[in-house]
Amino acid sequence: MQISCDINGKAYTRHIEPDLVLIDFLRDLGFLSLKQGCDTTNCGLCTVWVDGTPRLSCAMLAAGIQGRQITTIEGVEKEAAAFGQFLAAQGADQCGFCSPGFIMNVLAMERELTDPSDDQIKHYLAGNLCRCTGYAGQMRAITLYLGARKGELSCE
Amino acid sequence: MFGLKEYRVAQSLDQADQLLHEHKNNVILGGLLWMRMGRKNYHTGIDLSQLGLDRILETEEAIEIGCMTRLRQIETSGILDACFGRVLADAVSHIVGVQFRNAATMGGSVFSRFSFSDVVTALLALETHVHLYRGGILPLETFLESSPQRDILVKLSLKKKAWKTSYQSHRMTATDFPVLAAAISCCEDRWRISLGARPSRAKLATKAAALLPKKPDAAQIAAACDQVVEEMSFGGNQRGTREYREILAKVLVKRGVEAVCR
Ligand SMILES: Cc1cc2nc3c(=O)[nH]c(=O)nc-3n(C[C@H](O)[C@H](O)[C@H](O)COP(=O)(O)OP(=O)(O)OC[C@H]3O[C@@H](n4cnc5c(N)ncnc54)[C@H](O)[C@@H]3O)c2cc1C
Ligand code: FES
Ligand code: FES
Repeated sequence: MQISCDINGKAYTRHIEPDLVLIDFLRDLGFLSLKQGCDTTNCGLCTVWVDGTPRLSCAMLAAGIQGRQITTIEGVEKEAAAFGQFLAAQGADQCGFCSPGFIMNVLAMERELTDPSDDQIKHYLAGNLCRCTGYAGQMRAITLYLGARKGELSCE
Repeated sequence: MFGLKEYRVAQSLDQADQLLHEHKNNVILGGLLWMRMGRKNYHTGIDLSQLGLDRILETEEAIEIGCMTRLRQIETSGILDACFGRVLADAVSHIVGVQFRNAATMGGSVFSRFSFSDVVTALLALETHVHLYRGGILPLETFLESSPQRDILVKLSLKKKAWKTSYQSHRMTATDFPVLAAAISCCEDRWRISLGARPSRAKLATKAAALLPKKPDAAQIAAACDQVVEEMSFGGNQRGTREYREILAKVLVKRGVEAVCR
């Protein structure tokens, strides 16, 4: 079957198998930031935005994105790099395998929630697992990043 | 992941129904979160996403929830909050993560009759009807007891009443399946006590609910909690023993009734 969609602002039309999974479709197109960390839809590593909403690309069919807009971290590179600096400054990531999916969900949260409390942040990000760290560095990085976006702080 | 030979976007419910019955290996596609864990090979997958079934609508007497409504919509719906309090939002908010709940559907959650279901536990405490394309309109209780048929769950309808509600669950870790789930509601002086993940499918404790007056005192709540354990069966699995669930049931029901009374 044939599908057409928009990925990071560029139009794509491709022939696909009906059961092709979205993460495989995107990785085959070269979006290698996408990682698969589990088989049970629990880890959040594969997060992309579909029409601006964060979704698990391991649990979607490519056939289901006909006419939709997909955003991967490559499509929000500047913002991702800005937040990445806060993560690095807090020593928050180690192997980094979870970072692309995590960053996509942090940026989605920033768009969806206004002035989230720590509990709201934890709740929003509960579906993003990291096997190396204890999340404390991530929480510091998010708080500092959101503060900086309001013009209050820098990543130092 | 499961296999599919064909993917069809249904243009009408009639067409979806025809496609479903065209081949015994054809299947309705919900949010795919559960299906993707299987390895079955299907013939045609039927996508219902273009049928406007992803909405929460208010009519004079009921709230209607389309089968393609996502769990995150349930969590953030002002209409549901206004009519039923936080019971539905609290039931779904611990399920995996936001990205997951942006995909998992109400149709897939109810049609699957999962025994661990937070969603079904909460719906049972409200007066919920299941609208099936072929099977007609059934109370949720009847639907849960009936044997699975090939059909389409089109929508759910929830009676609008002066509900006061509470949702309680216990999990070993955040985002895990519940060890036990309880939804409590009261409308005028009629209580409903729904218990799910016992670990078997959610059920109403009707005798316990009948013991509760409009404003129960501590002794009446304790008697209702004892009756819950008396009338319902509990079991053990890797998340907890029967004895543990019996103790938890009393705690969750007490907390739920007290929250409704507040
Ligand atoms: C890892 C994981 C953890 C979970 N944790 C919880 C939890 O803690 N609490 C909880 O309550 N739930 C939990 N769930 C269940 C989840 O919330 C959904 O209920 C489940 O994924 C099914 O919804 P879906 O939209 O993904 O359906 P799908 O996976 O797409 O479909 C499931 C089944 O329903 C059928 N179906 C779908 N829609 C319809 C329809 N409209 N009419 C007829 N048939 C239909 C499909 O053919 C399929 O057989 C969990 C699921 C997973 C995978
Ligand atoms: S790969 Fe783990 S949730 Fe998608
Ligand atoms: S840094 Fe290694 S998984 Fe998160």
